[in-house]
Amino acid sequence: MSRYQSMFERCKKENTIAFIPFVMLCDPDLETSLEIIKCLVEAGADALELGIPFSDPVADGPVIQQAAIRALENKATPSRCFELLAKVRLLYPEIPIGLLLYSNLVYRRGIDTFYEECKKVGVDSVLIADVPLRETNFFDSVAAKNDIEPVHILPPLPSEQTLMKVSQSSKGYTYVLGRAGVTGADVAAKMPSEETMQQLKDYNAAPAVMGFGISKPEQVTAAKQHGFKGAISGSAVVRIIEQGLDDKRKMLSELSGFIGAMKAAT
Amino acid sequence: MSVTEQNEKQITASEQNPDSSNKINDVQFNSGYFGDYGGMFVPEILVPALEQLEAAFYEAIEDHDFMAEFHRLLNDYAGRPTPLYECRNLTSTSEGRIFLKREDLLHGGAHKTNQVLGQVLLAKRMGKKRIIAETGAGQHGVATALACALMDLPCEIYMGAKDCARQQPNVYRMELMGAKVIPVDNGSGTLKDAINEALRDWAASYEETHYLLGTAAGAHPFPTIVREFHKMIGEEAKAQIKEQTGRLPDYAIACVGGGSNAIGLFADFIEESEVKLVGVEPAGKGLESGHHGATLNLGKLGILHGSHTKVMSDDEGQIEESYSVSAGLDYPGIGPQHVYLQEIGRATYESATDDEALNAFKLLSQKEGIIPALESSHALAYALKLAKQSTPETLILVNLSGRGDKDLEYVRGLEKMKEKGE
Repeated sequence: MSRYQSMFERCKKENTIAFIPFVMLCDPDLETSLEIIKCLVEAGADALELGIPFSDPVADGPVIQQAAIRALENKATPSRCFELLAKVRLLYPEIPIGLLLYSNLVYRRGIDTFYEECKKVGVDSVLIADVPLRETNFFDSVAAKNDIEPVHILPPLPSEQTLMKVSQSSKGYTYVLGRAGVTGADVAAKMPSEETMQQLKDYNAAPAVMGFGISKPEQVTAAKQHGFKGAISGSAVVRIIEQGLDDKRKMLSELSGFIGAMKAAT
Repeated sequence: MSVTEQNEKQITASEQNPDSSNKINDVQFNSGYFGDYGGMFVPEILVPALEQLEAAFYEAIEDHDFMAEFHRLLNDYAGRPTPLYECRNLTSTSEGRIFLKREDLLHGGAHKTNQVLGQVLLAKRMGKKRIIAETGAGQHGVATALACALMDLPCEIYMGAKDCARQQPNVYRMELMGAKVIPVDNGSGTLKDAINEALRDWAASYEETHYLLGTAAGAHPFPTIVREFHKMIGEEAKAQIKEQTGRLPDYAIACVGGGSNAIGLFADFIEESEVKLVGVEPAGKGLESGHHGATLNLGKLGILHGSHTKVMSDDEGQIEESYSVSAGLDYPGIGPQHVYLQEIGRATYESATDDEALNAFKLLSQKEGIIPALESSHALAYALKLAKQSTPETLILVNLSGRGDKDLEYVRGLEKMKEKGE
């Protein structure tokens, strides 16, 4: 059983859904980033969604862009991110770890090398933000060879064909966008139609997880009531890091409080 | 073997082995590829918008009424056809002959107006209510602003903060015509960051908004749309040079940033194998200096702004900042068709430094009374080199893609700095 499957089963038994925070690896630096990730897990994160910083993150709003800039200014590289990932995996053998990044980082590393390294450090899934389904064969086939689960995004108001393809291609979980646009907490997510939720079931999609525009516990509860198996919150988490750079201890305690409240709402 | 060599080797190996499943070529069955290059590498959410655009575009270019309206605007509003002018004083009688395709005389001051008129008509046809665009030198922004004024569409132009500063007159031109110019501060503050920001806007607004991309780079279908709506440059030039000289040119030369004016000039000559196609990239402070925008000469294969193409990228995959004295060539990517033309050997890509371009800028002003854009001055600089090495039997066609009025203040500033010895 994959780590995602075990985790979703555990949540089901506990009558909760998964809460999955996103942070940028090496934001603001490798050591602090490790402390932050520890804090997220200890505070109740069911899985981790982790970014590798990229110079041109077109799917991200200002908060996550700034996180990438901070990390890059502190000399973050994919290699250092892999070092950090190995440390996280050693600490937490069971938690599902998903990577979220951009295609040039995968491509320039050599696609085979990239997925081999993912496997080596114990990454479970990879979502490449700028590789849509119609360009995905090249990446997903290599992912499969290395037992990495490719995650795909279901946009709002999908055509049935898109919904079908996403259901077939997305492994581990299905990333359902709460709204159009880029990442950010300023514009709130909206629930997809009942029909979309039903179609995901009909097509046997991997557990539906909602992301984009999720920053409040009541949204997590609403997602659960709507049939989601998990909720991802990125910008709201990263904003706490951004605002707490001067006082690490306070930042960690705020993070812990936020994650706790979000998990409690599941 | 270094990590760099390993990566290169691996990527090259997977590209050369047609049996390998690790091949971008696997997806070549999708439309929008030039050989291995191109594609639609964008967030999933933008795919329906691009597919809608693709369908509307192919339908429109088959629609007689649409094309008639496009050509009416090109002729009556923008001033096509533009002249082909043989330089009288620029080269000596013992050197090659230089012919300038005068896109600088097009309304708006650069070739950019051609394809903008096409795309704005397309946006109207698709029922879009708002236009967004990116701009580097400001020429694409100006073209977009004027077309939107003409068509009564609100438009917002993303422009790198650094470019806003070095192209002030164009910022004012856009605003005068009713466009809203949004300076982009993040990243390098140049064209690539303006494109990022426009893509972010579009991801939220695609239902009502058309993203009017201004160069031959980016996701499918943009490289094809931009080429098709600029290809009259080459078609006209071909007929004109035949009429003036009785034959095709030996060289067709254009500057290359994202590659729009070059592909517009090249398109109709690709089948004419005796015509050498030459793109000229910005070598900035020199190819060895690390401060340049010579993506085709020194870039690596990668993925940027929706396209599998050459990019200026470090080995870890971060996009590097390009540099050029001319804002319009300051871009770390390149249109995918150029990568393909280079790979199959149909076009070659040379480069000209800032200084060479500035010299050409002055020389054309002094000898012919034509002030070229700094972008076009790169093409001219290479043409001058070529003319010196050749005889009057050699016909050199240069796309003078824009006029230099926008650059005057910037060049004067450079001169003043030089005088002060800085």
